[in-house]
Amino acid sequence: MKQVLAKADAGSATSNFLAAALERLPGAGLVPHIRARAFEAYERAGLPHRRMEAWRYTDLRALISEVLPLAPRPDAAALARAKASARRVAVDQAVKLVLVDGIFAPELSDLGELENELHVQSLREVLENSATGAMAGLVLSTTDDAVISLNAAMASDGLVISIAEGNTIRRPIQIVQVATGSSVSAFTRSYLQLDKGAHATVVQSFISAEGASGYQANDVLIALAGDEASLSHLRIAADAADAVNISSGIIAVGTRAKLDLFSMTCSGSINRYQGFVTLGGEGSKLSANGVNLIKDKLHADTTIVVDHAVPHCTSRQKFRAVVDDCGRSVFQGRIVVRPVAQKTVASLSTRALLLSDQAEADNKPELEISADNVTCSHGATSGALDGNLVFYLRARGLSDKDAQMLLIKAFIGESIEEIFADNLRDFVTAQAEHWLQERL
Amino acid sequence: MTLLEIQDLHVGVDSREIIRGLDLMVNAGEVHAIMGPNGSGKSTLSHVIAGKPGYEVTGGQILFRGEDLLEMEPNERAAKGVFLAFQYPVEIPGVTTMNFLRTALNAQRKARGRGELSTPEFLKKVREVAGSLNITRDMLKRGVNVGFSGGEKKRNEVLQMALFEPSLCILDEIDSGLDIDALRIVASGINGLRSPERTMIVITHYQRLLHYIVPDYVHVMSKGRVVKSGGKELALELEACGYAQFETAA
Repeated sequence: MKQVLAKADAGSATSNFLAAALERLPGAGLVPHIRARAFEAYERAGLPHRRMEAWRYTDLRALISEVLPLAPRPDAAALARAKASARRVAVDQAVKLVLVDGIFAPELSDLGELENELHVQSLREVLENSATGAMAGLVLSTTDDAVISLNAAMASDGLVISIAEGNTIRRPIQIVQVATGSSVSAFTRSYLQLDKGAHATVVQSFISAEGASGYQANDVLIALAGDEASLSHLRIAADAADAVNISSGIIAVGTRAKLDLFSMTCSGSINRYQGFVTLGGEGSKLSANGVNLIKDKLHADTTIVVDHAVPHCTSRQKFRAVVDDCGRSVFQGRIVVRPVAQKTVASLSTRALLLSDQAEADNKPELEISADNVTCSHGATSGALDGNLVFYLRARGLSDKDAQMLLIKAFIGESIEEIFADNLRDFVTAQAEHWLQERL
Repeated sequence: MTLLEIQDLHVGVDSREIIRGLDLMVNAGEVHAIMGPNGSGKSTLSHVIAGKPGYEVTGGQILFRGEDLLEMEPNERAAKGVFLAFQYPVEIPGVTTMNFLRTALNAQRKARGRGELSTPEFLKKVREVAGSLNITRDMLKRGVNVGFSGGEKKRNEVLQMALFEPSLCILDEIDSGLDIDALRIVASGINGLRSPERTMIVITHYQRLLHYIVPDYVHVMSKGRVVKSGGKELALELEACGYAQFETAA
């Protein structure tokens, strides 16, 4: 049964929805209570809508209107399909951790290959064994964002990863989230903690198995990069063409710590990635970049909020979108500089390339600066491919297709070249090229 | 042998006729200069030969080795050996000059049924030509024409001309924006490429360029037509008397 979860329809029907789900959701002790509170918060607000500034261009209430029932636990056939798909997106050398329909699948994961310094548990384990509820409270934290509250209420599984002080994890950790079902939803939540001086690379891939369609994914990643830690986080959303993916990242960065973030969306129907980064320790650095490749009717929204909470932090952001057909790209970049955050350096550049007359791009940079000794800049552009450039290349022997390819690759390359590691940069480039080949 | 034959060409932009019944015959190995005042249609002619979109050919034809050039895509024309050195070479950020040269060269080789050059072969070839044009390795690593001076952009055009080995080179105001030293380097690069297999059409405003690139024939264009043709001495006559006499003649 489908449940309408918009605010206007809140009431017994939705509470029953939670009650039905709770029987299947993990969590001992205080966990059901935490979930119920989160659900209440969600019910008070309802799905976000266009009259809320943060969701102005992505009116979930109009775009989704209903939250689909939880996906059933994957059976052997579903796992086999998921395995085949996960193999296709595997990053070279990575340690794979696979979630299928919102449930951790140890049989598809490389648990035997974990480096000693890497501690991995499933969210289910943590919630069932959290004696005091302290860890559960942390992992299921919410903000005032309704989709994050809904996620806390409904999260069925995820990964809880910690890396102790001073350790460097050499191989990338790849969390592959596969959907195998149709007209169902999966709520996942992962928690990542890097203690002081720890280093790690975490890749998150959202994909579908063959035959999956019309599903909804709602994911939350909470990450803490401790003092002098370094976290590289790459996420790639390549969902089924009619799927919905709402993902949130809540990341805190400590003193002299470094966060490299890269987000790419290249398929799906409605996609929102919202990253909330707090630069909470002096001298911390953020490099946030991303590329959205949009065709058909895909609506892809990337919203990044950077909170410069202390002095001497740096944030640099470069986002590029290529929009074709009736696609719509949204980029919102909000930079908050608190009164104490003197000597902040923040830059934001967002550009969209429109390949068709119906394509739309909404770029909204927002700077809220409350300190006076800062260097902040932003730029936003959108436009079509320059016909003079295309002709120049064609006059040199490139076909129309190859000329466009070269120019689009150069355009998105401005953002991709910011990716920290060579193998990940190549991985993203290959995915982008595949998208371009299919389009042109 | 006739390489390029233009017969009664009419070209318009936004329903305004720019070229109005132009005839031109060019044989293999010859160097032709086309001179004329601003707005006489010189650049339009070069764009139409190279296949730039936005022009409407309303009459006449252009034959290249007897083939209908107007039926070909711009890249097909390039592969057949047509090369336009742009008056204003574009900047392409994010595409290194080296990558661009290699992609273009291999595309042309492929279209001509030849295999791709190996990396060492390609590098050797580029470095050889680049050296003779004072093009540094740093310039080759940068985005195409990004941050290049006017002279550097024109030298980059000549570099491409040397690499792609075209049979017809159209040089559209290659001298514009060049100081005298840059002009010497560019002209000597072009002269080095003169050969019995290579035809050049040098489009220019000023006679000055023709001191360096001495043409076999000079044509004067006015109001979209060739109004006078002659030997290289015609250029000198133009320098002395200006274009005014032809404006009335056309």
